[in-house]
This record gives sequence, structure tokens and C-alpha cells, in this order.
Amino acid sequence: MRPLTEEETRVMFEKIAKYIGENLQLLVDRPDGTYCFRLHNDRVYYVSEKILKLAANISGDKLVSLGTCFGKFTKTHKFRLHITALDFLAPYAKYKVWIKPGAEQSFLYGNHVLKSGLGRITENTSQYQGVVVYSMADVPLGFGVAAKSTQDCRKVDPMAIVVFHQADIGEYVRHEETLT
Amino acid sequence: RLPREKPLPRPRPLTRWQQFARLKGIRPRKKTNLVWDDASGQWRRRWGYQRARDDTKEWLIEVPGGADPLEDQFAKRMEAKKERVAKNELNRLRNLARAHKQQLPSAAGLRPTGHQSKEELGRAMHVAKVSTASLGRFQERLPKEKAPRGAGKKRKFQPLFGDFAAEKKSQLELLRVMNSKKPQLDVTRATNKQMREEDQEEAAKRRKMSQKSKRKGGRQGPGGKRKGGGSGPPKRKGGLGGKMHSRQPGAGGKRKGGQQQGGKGRK
Repeated sequence: MRPLTEEETRVMFEKIAKYIGENLQLLVDRPDGTYCFRLHNDRVYYVSEKILKLAANISGDKLVSLGTCFGKFTKTHKFRLHITALDFLAPYAKYKVWIKPGAEQSFLYGNHVLKSGLGRITENTSQYQGVVVYSMADVPLGFGVAAKSTQDCRKVDPMAIVVFHQADIGEYVRHEETLT
Repeated sequence: RLPREKPLPRPRPLTRWQQFARLKGIRPRKKTNLVWDDASGQWRRRWGYQRARDDTKEWLIEVPGGADPLEDQFAKRMEAKKERVAKNELNRLRNLARAHKQQLPSAAGLRPTGHQSKEELGRAMHVAKVSTASLGRFQERLPKEKAPRGAGKKRKFQPLFGDFAAEKKSQLELLRVMNSKKPQLDVTRATNKQMREEDQEEAAKRRKMSQKSKRKGGRQGPGGKRKGGGSGPPKRKGGLGGKMHSRQPGAGGKRKGGQQQGGKGRK
């Protein structure tokens, strides 16, 4: 377990900023406690200082997880955001997409969101912008990348993909073994 | 309760005495701490402060038969005691060194015995290569010799509990730098804005055209294109509904389908 290097921090911040923009500094600098990012076995954990001190007493090979796992660094040092980060992305999300109740099921199984399932989308969403997906009852379901900008969403046919799926809360059941 | 902070200690190797005792089957015999001392007429310790038989504390020593009469027997006894103490200390340190040497397997090949494995010999060779005044920079390698594994510079990471405030500051600085150079987003926003304005203009134009022309052909054209129109008057369905009464049912049906899509996507 170690802190992130400059390079790794930059890569991770760039990824997270795609979804929450400059609200990221609210995660770094919190009024209710010191929280920090630590790397353990290629995974990045967001953990409070108190829990970190306790976790330091556990030997590295026995430690499975601490705090919240935000994602992991792949073998080629790219950062991949996991669904476990949703709790911290959802409140600060800049661009949101609401999907209809009928399309929820499909999204939770890992499929992309089609135009026919799209309920609402925030104005000014550009193409390939990171978005957080909500149900119509404002429950965060996951996150993804907008395949079309808001403008194009109106013009395109109902079977076209509007949001590429990246992570959904159904993964807690489907990928139980790999999430920490 | 918290788990153990440090890992369990490793078992230490036996000392030379322990190995010997094991071989011979010698068991430790429990001895009493106090011994009766006739000279002082009381119970004294077996060892330690004011022990029972301390030969350095005698006030009268007879000169032994074959010794030089001018020799200092008291000094001789002190010297002998010092030598015994030094020998004991040496053995203790040697036992300790043996225990520690066991915990450093990387030093395995550095003491030449007759039986060293291939890896140990390779390690010894690499260490010898680096043991020159220039740290091995000008040592030539044999044609098929491989470079030692893990010989590069070791990466140093920040400590786990570094200064949290400093870490936070550097991260915020990084964020500030990242956010300061983001002009490209503005370009896409500008183009989207432009597109929206164009759509509005086109929608307004078509509405005017459809109001003027009352032909079937005229209506079909603008109706099909209006599907994609982003922002028009908010109650488009209502507006069309009013107009639909004047149209033939076939055309109205087609238009209805087209219009619904446009209304949906606009949110």
C-alpha cells in the first residue's frame, strides 16, 4: 500500500474529472475529515485518515480492501473507474442522463442505452462526455459515455445508442468476484 | 480487538550449545539459586552479587608449587576472569550473527564453501563485479553473460502516512493546473449553440411556410423535416393538433408519428 505518484494522480484525476469536472476538489479537500487516495495491488482506494491508520496494521498480502475502491490501474497504467465509485460520482455529476423504467433492466444487465430508453438528458452534453445514468426516480444506476450530444440525440432514430455503458449497479451481482 | 500490529517473529537457529545438548541428549537441570557458604556462614547466591565462591574476592592466595614467587596471583585471577567474560561475549555475538545470517538469504553465496548452487555463484559473481572503485562501470562482460536481474535504480515512493496537508495541497495544485487549460470544450459548446440557433431559425421558417401553403405536398415536406427540429414553440403537439383537423386522415396519421418523436427527444 502506498500513496499515488504524481503521474498516477494525474491520470486518475483526468478520468474522474470527465464525470464530475471541477467538483473533484470537493473530494480532495473535504470539510468533514482528511480523506486520501492510496494504491494497493493496483487498485486505488479512497479512505479516511482514521481508517488508513488502522489498515496499516494489517500486512499487505492479507489486506483485501480499505475505504472505497475507486478503480484500478491496468497493466498499461491506464485508469479504469469501477462501479464502487458511483457513490462519490453521483452527487457531483455535471452531466446526467435519466432512462425510462423499461430501459432500466436492459442497462442493469450491461447493455448500452438506446434512444428509445432515454428519458431526459442534461442540456449541453457534448459527444463522448462522461455522464451518470439515473432512473426516473433519481436513483443513480451507473455511469457511461454519451454517444451523441444533446442536439444529435433529438435527431437520431430510436434504435441508435445514445449512452455507452461503462458501469452499472448490476455489476455488484454480476462481477462479485472481481470487485473489492 | 485489533489484529497483531507486527508479524510473528521467525524461529531463530539453535546456538552451538543447544545443538550439542540436543545431540548428546543433555537436559537442563534445575539448580537452586542459593548455596550454603561455609566461609561466611550464610546462604549466598550461586552467581551474581556477593556470590558464594568468588575466587577474585579472596584475601589470601597461596602461591602454588611450581609458580614464580614474584608473580601477582591476584592479578592472574583477574586476568583469567576477564578472559572468560570476553570468551562468553564472543560466543554470544557469534550466535547472534549466525541467527541474523540465516535471515539474509541474499548473502548466501558470498562466503565461499565448496558447495554453492548456480544461483549463489551467479550472485557472488555480480557482487564481485560491482566491487571495484568505479562500481563496475568499466568491467567487461563475457559474450553470453546476462545482466543481473533487478539491478536498476530502486523506485522510491512517498511514505504511507506522509504529510496529509502537503499531499492535499499538491493535489489541489494539480487540479488547478488541469482545469486552467481547457479551451477545447468551448469550441464544441459554441458549435452546439450555433446548431441550436440554426434549428430554431429553420423551424420558424417552416412553420411560416406550412401556414401559407395548404397543399398536401407542401405539408408532407415540412412535416418530415420538423421531426428533427430541436427547439420550437413549447406546445408543438397542441399546435399541430389544431391544424390536423383541416388535413386528410392519411397525412395526419403520418405527421402524428413524426411529431411525437421530435417532442420526446427535445427534453
